[in-house]
Amino acid sequence: MSKSKCFWLVMAVAMLISFAGSAFAKPIEINWWHAMRGARGEVVQKIVDGFNNSQSDYKVIPVYKGSYDEVVNAGVAAVRAGKQPHILQSFEVGTQTMMMSGAIYPVHQLMADKGYKIDWSQYLQPVLSYYMNADGNLMSMPFNSSTPVMYYNVDLFKKAGIPMLSKEKPITWDQMGEITGKLVKSGVKGGLVTAWQSWTQIENYSAIHNIPFATRANGYEGLDTVLLINNEKVVNHIARLKSWMADKRFYYGGQKYQGPKSEFIAQNAGLYIDSISGIAKLKKAVHDFTWDVAPLPVESWMKEPQNSIIGGASLWVFKGLPKKDYAGVAAFLKHLAGNESQILWHKSTGYFPITLTAYDQLKTDGYYKKNPLQEVGIKQLTRRIPTKISRGLRLGYFIQIRNIINEELELVWSGKKTAQQAMDNAAARSNVKLREFERIYK
Amino acid sequence: MIKKRSYFKSRTLAYVLILPQLLITAAFFYWPAVQGIVASFQLSDPFGFRTRFVWFDNYIALFSDPLYLQSIGITLLFSGSVAIVSISCGLFLASMANRALRLTSLTRTLLIWPYAIAPAISGILWLFLLHPSYGVVAIGMEKWLGIDWNPLLNSSNAMLMVVLASAWKNISYNFVFFLAGLQAIPHSLIEAAAMDGASPFRRFWAITFPLLSPTMFFVTVMTIIFSFFESFGVIHAVTQGGPGGSTNILVYKVYQDGFIGLNLGSSSAQSVVLMGLIILITVLQFKYVERKVQYTG
Repeated sequence: MSKSKCFWLVMAVAMLISFAGSAFAKPIEINWWHAMRGARGEVVQKIVDGFNNSQSDYKVIPVYKGSYDEVVNAGVAAVRAGKQPHILQSFEVGTQTMMMSGAIYPVHQLMADKGYKIDWSQYLQPVLSYYMNADGNLMSMPFNSSTPVMYYNVDLFKKAGIPMLSKEKPITWDQMGEITGKLVKSGVKGGLVTAWQSWTQIENYSAIHNIPFATRANGYEGLDTVLLINNEKVVNHIARLKSWMADKRFYYGGQKYQGPKSEFIAQNAGLYIDSISGIAKLKKAVHDFTWDVAPLPVESWMKEPQNSIIGGASLWVFKGLPKKDYAGVAAFLKHLAGNESQILWHKSTGYFPITLTAYDQLKTDGYYKKNPLQEVGIKQLTRRIPTKISRGLRLGYFIQIRNIINEELELVWSGKKTAQQAMDNAAARSNVKLREFERIYK
Repeated sequence: MIKKRSYFKSRTLAYVLILPQLLITAAFFYWPAVQGIVASFQLSDPFGFRTRFVWFDNYIALFSDPLYLQSIGITLLFSGSVAIVSISCGLFLASMANRALRLTSLTRTLLIWPYAIAPAISGILWLFLLHPSYGVVAIGMEKWLGIDWNPLLNSSNAMLMVVLASAWKNISYNFVFFLAGLQAIPHSLIEAAAMDGASPFRRFWAITFPLLSPTMFFVTVMTIIFSFFESFGVIHAVTQGGPGGSTNILVYKVYQDGFIGLNLGSSSAQSVVLMGLIILITVLQFKYVERKVQYTG
């Protein structure tokens, strides 16, 4: 026997052995593509390890695929190539696209098919409702959810003689005008800055005041939806913010969070509206002043403010994979929603726990006594049962629509358009996008 | 001089030798280009389950959108400004470096360095200088000079910032070509003019500049192509097309609509329009190269 023949024989035997071995002992692999990097990625790994070590039939493999849009794009390419992962994390603005894709296995159905009787009423409703279809069935598993809150500089407030804000009862926008006025008068460069202006000042403003964002129940009930953001209340709100720019009671720090956050950290602004994920960021960055968290302001005519709405992402299950895999996917989602995972997730990332049982557990453990900042958002989110208007937004091409709103708002801030003109134009431009989206699925 | 020339006995060998290059071009240019053209006539959901042929609908929608036409205008303004800034600075630096006798290689290397920086990083660098909230220069300008600098809301400030960030990087590239062009100009011509009493300025305009025109044309074309495509990273890092869409150049719009927004039909149509524009520019370049061959030969 020549040397090379001998080599091939050895290889063949080795391969046979490894195949045989894998057929017997190897657990089914479940791929989860996500966008959680750094510290959040480590928590994801911990939750997954918890699942993998608890049983031997399945092995979840989390893969970081980049930013939210990169993950969605990877998912799109994978589905087109027939190589989709089992679970894909998609941001909330992509909900309609995922739901309409025809590529997904709805989570409520998956859990029912695999024999899990889940009491969905034990979940935080404003979180679930963002990912439900019109019939109230859950389409994807909520994963990381946040909501906007308001941060304020305690030292600057003291200096200007402004009383501290309540963590539960929101101030009114009229009070906001007075507070920012006092701040500016006391020598602070500016009053209020806001991150993610479309999300905080239009989407959440509308939800809290129960103002429809779009027709057809904010798009939940049909693709033939039309934006309603050029209504009087929203326009007045934007016009008021613009009027505050004259004496810097409000000023613009950029579309995302970096600019506004650095204005708040530099103490150029006394108040700052951003997602609850800002808590961790400010804890890290602020060393020379004390700050606190309060719920978002509300109009004085709104006696019973609605819940705020969430941002973040949820987990979608793709269909078309081997049948035996899905029992594992369901088991993993069950593990993910379990108290242990949810409490770990909330404590280490600040994102909401998605179940009431986990929330109650945290309360009885006294977690919020020690971390009162963490409860402001969750209380604001759960203060009312969501209405058809405050449960969320379901729009095609939502990313483009947010872009349009951002562009038009910038034209207001720079004085090129009035609030009315800008919101009219934003609605008209967005409606073109909505019709384009509708046409695909006709 | 002995001329070295090889002759291939068989034609097949020649084809085999160019085959790898052809395959690469086919796989990475022709195939995607054809796919793009096909997709530009289709209306499709992101996942490709529902695809319909819609003729020129995507193009009609594009050209009836005033914002797309505005984006073309912005692109031309942006490219023109990047070309002017980076070419004039590159030429200035090259003519200075051409005179410098000492430390030539060091200065040249230092001047070429920025070209090795990725556009996105160049963008971030300029952002850290010019962002109104945390930019060192911007804060200084406001504090000591009282300039109201706000690229977050002022569209001409924003345009200036992205032009600077894109041009800065490209100055190095232009510098290399201008330097090579300058060194190819016979010294005797310039010396003769100097003896006739022409001032340095006159010598530059009457002799150096005309002889440099082939380089100039090449560099202009390359800079415009650069600013059409490569500047994507700068825009993405610095303004994301804002404020109010005022720096939303064509290639960034393709990215936003296609990659972020998953509107594949429209974004393919936009890519085809961009491709058409760039082919036009390249044709111009080829015409020029041919003319140059006649000129020197």
